[in-house]
Amino acid sequence: MTLNPAVNKGPAAMPVAETRRRSSRLRRFDWVLPGTALALSVYGAVLVWSATRGRTSLTGGDPQFFLKRHLMNLVIGLVLMAGTSVLSYAWVRACAPVFSVLSLFGLLAVLTPLGTTINGAHSWIVLGGGFSIQPAEFAKVAVVLGLAVVLTLKSSTGVLSEHVAEAVPPRRIAAAAVVAGVPTGIIMLLPDLGSAMVIMVATAGLLVFAGTSGKWLALLGVGAATAAVAATQLHLLAQHQVNRFAAFADPHLDPQGVGYNTAQARLAIGSGGVLGKGLFNGTQTNGRYVPEQQTDFVFTVAGEELGFVGGVVLIALFAVLLLRGIAIARQCDDLFGMLVCAGVVSWFAFETFENIGMTLGIMPVAGIPLPFVSYGGSSMFASFIAIGLVENVRLRATRPAVTLD
Amino acid sequence: MTSAQSRLADRRRTRLMVLRVLVLALLATLVGRLWYLQVRTGQTFRDAAAANDVRTVVTPAVRGDILDDQGRPLVDNRSALTLSVDRNTLLGGRDHGAATLARLASVLGTTPQAISDQIRTCAPNIPKPCWNGSPLQPIPVARNVSVQQALAVSEQHDLFPGVLAGPDTIRRFPAPYSLNAAHILGYLSPATEKELGAAAAKGEVMQRSDLVGRAGLEATYDSYLRGKPGVTQVAVDIVGHAQSTVADTAPVDGDHLVTSIDARIQAITEKELAAAVARARSQTSPTNGKPYVADSAAAVVLEARTGRVVAMASTPTYDPNVWTGGISQADYAALTGESAGTPLLSRAYQGQFAPGSTFKAVTTAAMLQDGFGTGTYDCSPSFSYGGQSFTNFEGEAFGPISLKRAIEVSCDTVFYRVAFDMWQRDGGMKPVAHPAEPIATMAHAFGLGARTGIDLPGEAAGDIQDRAEKQATWNKMHGIWCKRAKDGYPELAGPDPERAKYLQAIAKENCVDGNQYKPGDAVISAIGQGGDLVTPLQLARVYAAIANGGSLMQPQIGRALVSPDGKLVKDLAPIVTRKLPVSGSTLGFLKDALHGTAVEGTAAPAFAGWPQNVIPAYAKTGTAEVYGKQTTSCFVAFAGTETGPRYVVAMMVSQGGTGVGTSGPSVGNILKALFGVDMGKPDPNGTLPTALPAIRPDGLLPALPPATTLPTPPPPPAPGTGDSGGSGTSQQTAASPPSAKKPTT
Repeated sequence: MTLNPAVNKGPAAMPVAETRRRSSRLRRFDWVLPGTALALSVYGAVLVWSATRGRTSLTGGDPQFFLKRHLMNLVIGLVLMAGTSVLSYAWVRACAPVFSVLSLFGLLAVLTPLGTTINGAHSWIVLGGGFSIQPAEFAKVAVVLGLAVVLTLKSSTGVLSEHVAEAVPPRRIAAAAVVAGVPTGIIMLLPDLGSAMVIMVATAGLLVFAGTSGKWLALLGVGAATAAVAATQLHLLAQHQVNRFAAFADPHLDPQGVGYNTAQARLAIGSGGVLGKGLFNGTQTNGRYVPEQQTDFVFTVAGEELGFVGGVVLIALFAVLLLRGIAIARQCDDLFGMLVCAGVVSWFAFETFENIGMTLGIMPVAGIPLPFVSYGGSSMFASFIAIGLVENVRLRATRPAVTLD
Repeated sequence: MTSAQSRLADRRRTRLMVLRVLVLALLATLVGRLWYLQVRTGQTFRDAAAANDVRTVVTPAVRGDILDDQGRPLVDNRSALTLSVDRNTLLGGRDHGAATLARLASVLGTTPQAISDQIRTCAPNIPKPCWNGSPLQPIPVARNVSVQQALAVSEQHDLFPGVLAGPDTIRRFPAPYSLNAAHILGYLSPATEKELGAAAAKGEVMQRSDLVGRAGLEATYDSYLRGKPGVTQVAVDIVGHAQSTVADTAPVDGDHLVTSIDARIQAITEKELAAAVARARSQTSPTNGKPYVADSAAAVVLEARTGRVVAMASTPTYDPNVWTGGISQADYAALTGESAGTPLLSRAYQGQFAPGSTFKAVTTAAMLQDGFGTGTYDCSPSFSYGGQSFTNFEGEAFGPISLKRAIEVSCDTVFYRVAFDMWQRDGGMKPVAHPAEPIATMAHAFGLGARTGIDLPGEAAGDIQDRAEKQATWNKMHGIWCKRAKDGYPELAGPDPERAKYLQAIAKENCVDGNQYKPGDAVISAIGQGGDLVTPLQLARVYAAIANGGSLMQPQIGRALVSPDGKLVKDLAPIVTRKLPVSGSTLGFLKDALHGTAVEGTAAPAFAGWPQNVIPAYAKTGTAEVYGKQTTSCFVAFAGTETGPRYVVAMMVSQGGTGVGTSGPSVGNILKALFGVDMGKPDPNGTLPTALPAIRPDGLLPALPPATTLPTPPPPPAPGTGDSGGSGTSQQTAASPPSAKKPTT
């Protein structure tokens, strides 16, 4: 059994070795991951700035309003990331249930009159002073953490799950279903289909990387597909959600609503060409033709003003981020850390593909932000907390060069 | 490590590898799709984006003026205030604009319903009025509003959301000398779907709200008058606020059309036509003992050598201002209504009348070219053939007379016999393979039965009956005729049983042998009756050809197109349609005979006091009999020396009495005005300018004395002090007292 000594020690353990460990941790600190996240956030800040310079109805006359807010969110996010990355494993595991419960309360609070409806989704809690939080974003972190904990719990027999033939027994799958299902259900009620989808994808990723057998995965897949078909057939989804799904393939289905969004998004991106129209020179952007351009459709700014080159740079940054996350997961020698990384990578990968894909017209429109790039504090905080968790795993759970047996 | 553990670790590692491949594949998909959108099909998106965010603001070009021969505007523009409604803003209001509509209605003195009717979008099931333009475009609801009305709206913008007050140019008819000229000038109406498509195909800018020349000179010269609107392309944001100017082309104002119409002569012609109609109505018709109806009439004044139209009047007419700012349904019905005499129709070139004896000039040309001599003919009271008798007008008889005299006194029987001879020579009832038909052939050579090609749309062709046409008509109509012969005219039997009976008899006759060109047809055609119909313009053109030495001219009103800065854009030179197939001696004889008619023939009363020795006049009268109607009064005359201008004046009054009695005095007066005789200063050079009016480079028209009232003739003994009409060339060189009469015979 391979164990990193740093992993299982509590916060107060081994004071003598503290200095050495710290220096070794710093050496092991992965600069690429937060560096990429920072680059994406700064890139996003510029895009958000360009998208909102002329939207006086939103900015209240200050063209840099959103730029400042985005940068402020970035700073807070960096602090959260730093804080998360230095917590010990024990703390992280200990925090997970608390965090899950808190996020559930947050989600339930949205359902109460405290919540505010924006774009058909009842997802926000307005804090006053121009601040509001979107608990669903934090729920993503909570679910990833919660599932990682649940899937790595010692079984009641005291035997680690690895010892039994079935890597993830049905009972554990059921527990995971509860941990992920409850917040997902509440989020669906908001309704915030996008966040629910992210959580479901992250859950699937965690189950897959926990080693769930193909048989169970197939069963879960069939179950999910059946549920999705049933949901549409039984009209459990709101009409605007169905329209959003249908309109990406056929914008004429809903020309004034989602079809308009996707058509305008494609127009903005398509007209950008290879090198783009130049920052702040996008006619579609300056004309405010693309709705929600600073949040869900932020990629259209890059597409129009910075062109194919700018778009590819953005996608490449995500490639670096995601591949780095996968690399950390692979280097990780304890299951909890690996699952946290895999969950975060699944989450970001899905958000990236879905968000950019919807602006390019190959994915249905859903209210999903582009991590780090889209304007939005909750998303920014949650994303940086996630990066902090991965960094935490990197610092504590990855193998040193030589493994002990 | 157990094997199970190891298997599980392998499984996880494999799955992470799969995740890595999956992530790369998904991101590669995004890059591929991005390449497809931006590089592969980018151009279509760039085009679409341009259409999306570039608005075209059209600055209308100022429409060119229509000027008379001296540069006096007959049509120009004036600015007016227009109230328009932006439908989206108005209807987007809390109460769907109800309160705003009510306020607007009270400002305009109309009902909210009337305004909302105006701005509703046209659809098959929606009655007029409705808006057939783009719903995004402000809809004009009141053109030409008062300043107070415009201010009421623009100063209380919050009370009138979506209502815009703005300047607009509308067509104005300055009407020098209070002339009308409605039929010549024409009118504008909004562009049709077809015109919009045609303009788009040619790459021209035309908007739905643009007005297009629909009739008259406005239609013919529309492409010159219209100019090119300026186009400013502005990049706009999603709510339509301008961001930047992409392209900007200034409007090019339309060219001015200089016409050969002389405002003074046009006004006099209209006045004289009205006088002729009044004269007719004051007389009693011998045919039915009632006053002449004079339901319609027209007069045309041509310059004989160029074919240019100096004046053209038609009655009934209408006020051209009814078109300004859009015509109402009621007004349009009145213009086209049968009961009002269809005033929209210009009798001068769209009205067809029997020419009567004015046609004898053509008959004479035909017989002289056909070998008939100018010697002695028998002017008996009647000519009979096969039991049918054709009489002279009012049964007159002059015995054996010369052909010249036969024209002067308008003896019908002389021409009956000639036409009968010709008919017989063509084989009579059994026509030869290629009948010569000299009279019909000559009529066609004189441009009758065909459009003259005048620069006005919708011209009537008239009709000249010949053997081939009779056959063709019968082929087409005999089914209907035979049915009528059997069934009669039950719809007429009630109100007019006599007419019904007559028509049935005609139908019977036509059914049996309506294809045959009978002697009666031939005989009556010689004196311009029967089936022959001409427009007053055609008649004037025939005499212009005689007057100018044998050139059949294509009548023209447009003289030149001049750019707003005074440059000649296009000179509309006279057009010769053809040389008449008539010898010089025939023309000489005709002129001699027509002069005799004016001096000592049927037309002489119209030329009392005319200075024949200074300016010889030539004329022919005509009084055409039309079945079931009163006689058509025809009078055509020309005057002028060999070197000076020659003007032809033709006048026709339907159900108007005799040619000389009704039309003669008016034609005489028009000629007098043309040559200054009315002012006591006869001038062989005429009173009209020959050069184009000068338009200054700054676009200003020549300064002219006010043309408000027509100059009044001086009291008979003392010559007048001046011609306030402002003719530049009227100072005569050799004034002669208008006393000498009958210089030659």
